Amino acid sequence: MPNSGKQIGTHNVKIGLADMLKGGVIMDVATVNHAKIAEEAGAVSVMALEKIPADVRASGGVARTAPIENIETIMKSVSIPVMAKVRIGHYMEARVIEQYEKLGIDFIDESEVLTPVDIKYHINKLDYKVPFVCGARNLGEALRRMDEGAAMIRTKGEPGTGDVKHAVEHIRIIREQIAELVGMYEMGEFYRNEKRLDFHDELLTKAREYQVPYELVLYVAKNKELPVPNFAAGGIATPQDAALMMYLGADGIFVGSGIFKAENPDILAKKIVEATTNFDRYDLIRDAACDFGEPMSGTTDISEEKSMQIRSK
Amino acid sequence: MKNIGILAIQGDFKEHAAIVRRCGANTLEIKTTYDLDSINGLIIPGGESTTIGKLLEKSGVGEKIVELYGEGLPIYGTCAGAIMLAKKIIGHNQYKLKLMDISVKRNAYGRQAESFEKEIYINVLGNDPYRCIFIRAPVVESASKDVEVLARENSNIIMARQDNLLITTFHPELTDDLRIHEYFLDNI
Repeated sequence: MPNSGKQIGTHNVKIGLADMLKGGVIMDVATVNHAKIAEEAGAVSVMALEKIPADVRASGGVARTAPIENIETIMKSVSIPVMAKVRIGHYMEARVIEQYEKLGIDFIDESEVLTPVDIKYHINKLDYKVPFVCGARNLGEALRRMDEGAAMIRTKGEPGTGDVKHAVEHIRIIREQIAELVGMYEMGEFYRNEKRLDFHDELLTKAREYQVPYELVLYVAKNKELPVPNFAAGGIATPQDAALMMYLGADGIFVGSGIFKAENPDILAKKIVEATTNFDRYDLIRDAACDFGEPMSGTTDISEEKSMQIRSK
Repeated sequence: MKNIGILAIQGDFKEHAAIVRRCGANTLEIKTTYDLDSINGLIIPGGESTTIGKLLEKSGVGEKIVELYGEGLPIYGTCAGAIMLAKKIIGHNQYKLKLMDISVKRNAYGRQAESFEKEIYINVLGNDPYRCIFIRAPVVESASKDVEVLARENSNIIMARQDNLLITTFHPELTDDLRIHEYFLDNI
């Protein structure tokens, strides 16, 4: 039967969109003006929020998903995919923007930048047609979010600070923990071949520690990477910050406050896009790394109660 | 052995490179005009066409690709790559290479919720259907008589060739099926 059986919302098409965004920059935007600056700079997608993370941090109070009418005007103003953040565990914020007027958001971020509504349960993301991205500080968090259906992971960093330290810490932790699984797998194979003992008990125990299926742990151990793209986020403020995160193995970059709290957002946004593409060509990143004026000043002292990264586990 | 350049500005170029290597060719990531010097074919991957276009223009790589195409370089574009190769993008004034006599409409099926996969029979690939993955895919709205249509989904053109150009609006690089990359390497 030719041309029958169109399947939507499958695992392949969800991760497919995440794959298409690789090597690119996703920019947080709160207004149509921000969104146009982002598209003009070469962003691969924009993330619609009520306020950019630095302003969420400054204003305090409950941070919710952006007003539907704002998301809609942003969706109409650009041709690139549009994402929006929802609160952790808030099924209804997610359902509304998935369905809204059949326009449908392209990607949903179940995000610790907003105030979580469910301190125990994340959204069952397998149940949605639209792909989800979630934050993670370590491999266990990343695997749990994938097990719940996330099609993309982003390291959390510390959002809205302009300080890339925590983003570096989180991608390093994930790398180390992947290396641990790879080592366990290769030792298991060594024992299988040399001593004819067939066991991967260390990986089984790791799966229990991470509270995820063994198959997910085994995939990472065999392939040396996550089964979905892993972007970097949280505190990226300069072209060099973006290039550093790519160099450490990120598949792409999320940046928001770093652009719109800088002196020249339109110039800096372009430079961050160029640095993300050319991170492995030092001769080419020189141009991206100069003449953009003052970056976001940023902040380094975040007390535990103001920390966003610890809001989900 | 053939050297196939994979445009590595943005998008899923690693997936294309992996599949081309499985077909038995060498691959080279293309980011600068110099990278284009020693290739026998070029693949423009899926990704965001506005992003890829801007960086193709700024880096001068776009101009060099057009020049090399004039000297006979075979080029295959998937999705955003197909958009880059089109002479006309309906409703968008964005940078493109303008090599193939087609008009394309971006995101023609709708937003991500309308992205889909489907098994489709493609004559040039033999008797087994091909699992085509469409991600916010474009549609070829019209093609000149010089364009050979190789496959359709309903009435929409999803695979076509003209001279040394091949396009698909879907993503063979997201599957394990080598047939379309083999077709490009053998025939174009």
